[in-house]
Amino acid sequence: MKLTAKHWAWLLIGGPLLVFSIWAIADNTRLYFVTLLNGLTLAALYFIVASGFTLVFGLMRNVNLAHGSLYLLGGYVGFIVAEKTGWWILAVATGFLAAAILGLLMQVLILRHMQGQDMRQTMVTIGLSIVIADLLLWAFTAQVHQMDAPEWLHGPIRGLPLIKAYSAYRLSLLGFGVAIGIFLWWLLTRTRVGAMIRAGVDDRNMLAASGVNVNLVFAITFMLGAGLAGFGGVIGAVELSMVPGEDTRLLLASLIVVIVGGMGSVVGAALGAVILGLAETYGLAYAPTYSVVFTFVILILVLAFRPRGILGRPA
Amino acid sequence: MSASRWRRAMQGGFQQPALQLPARSQPAGSSPASAGGVETDPYAESNAPRWLKFLWRHLSARHVLIFLFLLAYPFVATPFFTFQVAAQSLVLGLIALSLTFLGGYGGIVSLAQMSVAGVAGYSIAIFGVSSTPISLGWPWWVAVLVALFIACACATVVGWLSVRTEGIYTIMITLAFGVAFYYLVLQNYSLFNGFQGFQKVYPPDVFGLNWREPVPFYFLTLFWAMAGYLAVKWLVRTPFGIALQGVRDNPRRMEALGFNIVAHRVAAYAFGGLLAAIGGVLLVWYNGLITPGSINVGWQINILVIAVLGGMRHPIGAFLGSIVFVLLQTFAIDLIDRERFNLVIGIVFLAIVLFSTDGLLGLWDKLRTRMRHQTSDSVASTQRH
Repeated sequence: MKLTAKHWAWLLIGGPLLVFSIWAIADNTRLYFVTLLNGLTLAALYFIVASGFTLVFGLMRNVNLAHGSLYLLGGYVGFIVAEKTGWWILAVATGFLAAAILGLLMQVLILRHMQGQDMRQTMVTIGLSIVIADLLLWAFTAQVHQMDAPEWLHGPIRGLPLIKAYSAYRLSLLGFGVAIGIFLWWLLTRTRVGAMIRAGVDDRNMLAASGVNVNLVFAITFMLGAGLAGFGGVIGAVELSMVPGEDTRLLLASLIVVIVGGMGSVVGAALGAVILGLAETYGLAYAPTYSVVFTFVILILVLAFRPRGILGRPA
Repeated sequence: MSASRWRRAMQGGFQQPALQLPARSQPAGSSPASAGGVETDPYAESNAPRWLKFLWRHLSARHVLIFLFLLAYPFVATPFFTFQVAAQSLVLGLIALSLTFLGGYGGIVSLAQMSVAGVAGYSIAIFGVSSTPISLGWPWWVAVLVALFIACACATVVGWLSVRTEGIYTIMITLAFGVAFYYLVLQNYSLFNGFQGFQKVYPPDVFGLNWREPVPFYFLTLFWAMAGYLAVKWLVRTPFGIALQGVRDNPRRMEALGFNIVAHRVAAYAFGGLLAAIGGVLLVWYNGLITPGSINVGWQINILVIAVLGGMRHPIGAFLGSIVFVLLQTFAIDLIDRERFNLVIGIVFLAIVLFSTDGLLGLWDKLRTRMRHQTSDSVASTQRH
C-alpha cells in the first residue's frame, strides 16, 4: 500500500513537471536550458549559504537569524579587499574569515552563555542582525555595490550545445557549490572533527559525556557556518549585487532551503537548494509576477506532508 | 513508579524555552491557578450580572486612574502627541498584543503577525477605496469585514501549517511565510500593485465625524486596543485559555489528558490573527497607505521587538513596549541621526534580551524585589542596632 502512495506522489509531482518540461522544450529549447543552468547556479549559491545555517542549527539547535547579515558582511569585506588589492582569491578568503571571526565572537561572547535557551538565542541573533544590518548600511550606504568577476572568469563561454553561450562566472558558481559540497562531505565523514559534529547532531549530551570538549566543537561549527555565509557573500557579490535587503533575501532562501530539505541535514540543504533555485528561476522566466507563489506552494506542500522536511528526522 | 516520580519524568522530557515559563508575576486573581474555578467568590450571593461581579473583583485604583488618564489624554496633549505618538502606539501595541497572546499564553512565537496585519491592510485597500484603480470601492463596513475574515483565514492556515512543528521551528516557518508574503506583494502588480502599493486609504466618515482627525482616531484606536486587551484577559481565563496554557507548559501531558493540542494552537492562531487584523486595518488608516515597505522583514521583527521589549508574559507588555518603541522612533532624531534608529532599537532590544527574561516588566519586577529586600534588610539591621 505504501509503495502505491509513494508512486502516486511521484506521479502527482512529476507528471505536471514532465508535461511542463516537454512543452517548454518544444516551445523554446534555449530558454529552457538557460533557465535550468541559471537555476542550478543559483541553487549552488543557496546551498553554500544554507549549508552553514543548517550545520549550526543541526548541532546547536540555534536558529541564527543573523546569517543573512553575515552573508552581506562577507560580501562587503570581499568587495573592499578586491578593490584594494585586485586579488579575487584574497577577497574570497577575507570574506570567509571576516564572517567566521564575527560568528566566533557571537558564539563565544554571547550565545555560549545561554546554551539550551533556544528562544533567547534566537532573539539575540535577531537583535544582532538588526545592529549589523544598520552598521553595514551606515558604512556602505544604500548604494548598490557590484564586484567584478576575476579576469580568468570574465565573459561567456561559447560553443556550448543547445544554449550556445553562458557566463563563465555563473558556471563557476556551480563548481564552487559542488566543491563546498564535497568538502563538507569529506569534513563530516572523513575527519575527527566531522565525526564529533555528527555525534553532536545526534546526541549532544552523550558527546559531552564521552569526554569531548563540546564548547570547542560548537565554536568550530559556528565559525564554519558563519564563514560559509561570508564565502557565499563574496562569490554572490559578483552575480547578485550587494545592497541592504540582500541579507533578508538570503536569510529567506536559507530558511526555505532548510525547511524544505530537512533541518540539520547537509544533503537536505543541497536538495532544498536545488528545488528552491529551480522554482525561483523557472518562476521568474515563465510567470514573473507570481514567481514567489511557487516558493509558497513548495513550502506549504512540504510542511503539509513532511513537516520535518524532505530528509528531516525527528529531533 | 510513584506518582510524583512519574510527574517529574514527564516534565523532565520537555525543556521549556525561556519565554514559555508559566506567568509568575501577574496581578493577583488572573493567574491560572486561581482561575481554575475553585476560588471562593465573595460576591456569589448578590444577583448582579456576572461581568459586573468580575469587574468588581478585579478592578483596582490604578486601573481606574490609567483609564481616566487615557480618556483625558487627547484633550491635554498636542495633536502630534495624540496622533503620532499615542494612536500609533495603540495600533502597534494591538498587533504586538496578538504576538504576546500567542507567545505568552500559547508558547508560540510567530513572526508572521505583521504579515497577517498586512493581509488585512491589503484586503481593505483592495476591496475598499484608494487612489489606485485596482481597488473595488466596496462600502467601508463590507470591506472591513471581508478584510478581517481573509486575514483570520490566512492566520489559521499559517497556524495549521506551522503548529505541526514545534518551538524553535515555528519562528523559522512563520518568518519564511512573512518574508515570502513580502516578496509576493513586491513582485505582483496585478493584485497588490507592486512597489507602489495603495495610497489614500483613509477611514470613512461615519456619524458626521472625520475619523482621521487626531482625537476621533485616538478614541477609535483606544477602543479597539482596550477591547483587544480585555478580550485577551478574558480569554486566558476561559477553559480554552487555561487549556492553552497547559499546552504551552506540557503538550505531552495535555495530549494524554485528551486535549487536542493542534486544535488549541490553531484556535490561538485564529484569535491572534483577529487581533492582528484589527490592528492591520487601523494601521493602514493611520498611515493612509500600505506598501510592501510596511510589512517587510524589518516590521515583522519590530513587532517581536515591541512584544519582547515590554515583556511577553503580560498583555500590557505589548502596549508598554509599543510606547517605548514609538517614543524612541520619534525622538531618536534628537539622540543621534534619524537614519540610525535601527541601531538604537537593535541595541535596546539586545540589552533587554541579554539582561531580562521578561522585558521591561521583568526588569521592573527585579528592581522591586531588590528594593524590597534592601528595605527589609535595612529595617532588620536598624532593629538589630
